[in-house]
Amino acid sequence: MINLAARDVLHGWGKFLFTGIGLGLLIGVTLTMAGVFRGMVDDGKVLIDNSGADLWVVQQGTLGPYAEPSSLRDDVWRGIAGIDGVAETGNAAYLTIQMAHHGKDTRVMIVGIEVDRPNRPGAPPYLTAGRPILQGHYEAIADERAGLKLGERVKIRRHDYTVVGLTRRMVSSSGDPMIFVPLKDAQEIQFLKDNDALVNERARTAANPAFNRPGVPGLLEAAQAAATQARNVNAVLVRVKPGADPAAVANEIQRWKRLTAYTRAQMEDILIAKLIATSAKQIGMFLVILAIVTAAIVAFIIYTMTLAKVREIAVLKLIGAKNRIIAGMILQQALALGVIGFIVGRIAAGLWGPAFPKYVLLLPQDAMTGFAIILTICALASSVAIRTALRIDPAEAIGG
Amino acid sequence: MSFATRRNLVLGTFAVAFLAAFGWIVATQGPLAPVKVTLDAAREARLERSLFGIATVEARRSHNIGPTFAGRVARVVVDQGDVVKAGQLLAEMEPVDLDARIAASAAAAASAAQRVQSAEAALAEAESRAKLAQHSAERYADLRKKNFVSQEAADAKAHEAAAAQAARAAAAAALAAARDDARRAQAELAGAGKNRENLRLVSPVDGIVVARLAEPGSTIVAGQAVVQVIDPSSLWLRVRIDQGRSQGLAVGLPAEIVLRSRPDERFAGRVERLDWNGDSITEERIANVVFDLRPDGLAIGELAEVTLRLPAIEQALAIPLAALQRRGAQSGVWQVVEGRARFAPVTAGAISANGFVEIREGLAAGDAVIVHSAKALSDGTRVKPVESLR
Repeated sequence: MINLAARDVLHGWGKFLFTGIGLGLLIGVTLTMAGVFRGMVDDGKVLIDNSGADLWVVQQGTLGPYAEPSSLRDDVWRGIAGIDGVAETGNAAYLTIQMAHHGKDTRVMIVGIEVDRPNRPGAPPYLTAGRPILQGHYEAIADERAGLKLGERVKIRRHDYTVVGLTRRMVSSSGDPMIFVPLKDAQEIQFLKDNDALVNERARTAANPAFNRPGVPGLLEAAQAAATQARNVNAVLVRVKPGADPAAVANEIQRWKRLTAYTRAQMEDILIAKLIATSAKQIGMFLVILAIVTAAIVAFIIYTMTLAKVREIAVLKLIGAKNRIIAGMILQQALALGVIGFIVGRIAAGLWGPAFPKYVLLLPQDAMTGFAIILTICALASSVAIRTALRIDPAEAIGG
Repeated sequence: MSFATRRNLVLGTFAVAFLAAFGWIVATQGPLAPVKVTLDAAREARLERSLFGIATVEARRSHNIGPTFAGRVARVVVDQGDVVKAGQLLAEMEPVDLDARIAASAAAAASAAQRVQSAEAALAEAESRAKLAQHSAERYADLRKKNFVSQEAADAKAHEAAAAQAARAAAAAALAAARDDARRAQAELAGAGKNRENLRLVSPVDGIVVARLAEPGSTIVAGQAVVQVIDPSSLWLRVRIDQGRSQGLAVGLPAEIVLRSRPDERFAGRVERLDWNGDSITEERIANVVFDLRPDGLAIGELAEVTLRLPAIEQALAIPLAALQRRGAQSGVWQVVEGRARFAPVTAGAISANGFVEIREGLAAGDAVIVHSAKALSDGTRVKPVESLR
């Protein structure tokens, strides 16, 4: 027995194919939008995972270091390291800056990490090229998206840094690529002002009679030296000992060190539920509307396709085709259109996804859900069309 | 070829291309795709180690020259950059009343000297009187023996002689006192001169004036510097090295110095001195490095990058440092077993300057390890070795 649906499709295959492709592109946009949403959430998650920490110790009462500014003295780790259950601590400084490179401005997050031993908390957990930072100064590891090459010299504020390693998917919660530099350099980048500001600040101090008193030689110099010290960090990353309860350690730190400590779950909540909540909802809203629109368009196309075949269906009825056969033909065509659309959409999303400036994460379960929704919509739309088709009067084949 | 066959061919090609593209996308993106990794083998290598630190150019000996008591600067005769010799006058303080005091002391000394002369004259007179009285007394004693004069007259002469003798002794004592007085006045005069000399600020060394810190007319306190002089041959570098990476820091290590003003030149040097006092706040150790051949045009305070060469480890089993990972508290490497990643614990040792790490335990020569990976690995992740990840 020949397949009526296939015969019909082959009859007008060009139209069918291009309709499928058109639908596919629309589905591709929807899938991409889902990918953008997932990518946004994933940006927040990788930030947490890549830091390799179990606890984030920040300035008391702040949501730092990612969601709010937080500033700590860089020697508080000594007290934290002594708390029971703490395996390792690492100071970290975060700062988002606009980096001029090859005449182009790139927004990057500078991450200051301790580099005295390999694999300190905060250091990138894997590299795609090069080596970890060895020197205590002026070496950098960059995320590939920053557009830097291995061995390249890049100027960040006052100094030139050599890119010694590259990594991937190391981004801030807003998707800016990270550049890892030794902590002391990051402190300088963050806290040491530019030359003009330094000179002005010195002049201001010199003009202050409290700091520039006759008869007290050296006071002015001391005051000026004290003003240019950069002894702060944004967070202390803590790894707990195997078997220790991070929440208990966090509690201990909050209680005795008068600092705020977040566990991984709390940090995830801050990043995903608080920091990117509005923009994620924005994208989510758009995704919902896009999905509804896509569903409506798929339904209309199937419906109009059936209506365009009124004459053929009438002929089928006239020659005594059973309703089941006609219904099957329409359903099969609708589902085939859905399958073509999904495949085209998935390919399109896969192709243009990586070209997006921010991360697009296409999850297989999203694709599967999308596939199921598309087939359901196709089936529903075709059932409406089938009802119309079954009501067609066979006489129409001869008349009008 | 019939229309239908060609149509079927075109459609078939389309379908195959579609499915191929779909398959490719699924296989290369998303969680089904294996993680791309690069591999390298552990091998015996020579490990050159180094320490890196940031340094500033400093003068080993810097002389802050100022007065020993408060006063006003009268004149400063040198300026920044002037080459000075040891003993050369640099600046002078206002003497205020010191000159007058010197004049007073000089006058006092002169008057004391005159008093000495007067005392000497008085002594001469007293001696002469004593002599005369002595002679007179002896003559009367003689005459008394011959009974030409009364006993009373002889006694009176003897008394006169004794009194004259006492007067001579008193005059001698007065002379000694006058001489002491004169010495004291002289000493006072000399002291005032020394004070005056002390107001002249002179260079203790052959060197260069690097700072002129006070101008004529400014009042300064004791110990405050007017002029700073350094010995340019004593310029060296104060290097700060992170404590965590300072193992092996020792006097005599060869150094490679890059000055900020000359980033493309490398100067040779060596560690001259090691500070016993580390910086506990910045967690750094401090070493002083001297140039083998001091370049011209060094500026104090200039930034420099110093790389110290530690003795190399001649032969050690080594892997690229990027391969060294950790899981929990355990250091280790990822290896590929039947297309899947597996964590192998290792004990790591020294790290070389070019990014290799010594493996003391856990690997044998020739064992392949994962160096770079496109994602974080976990046990059982499917991996695909490639040449390079770019």
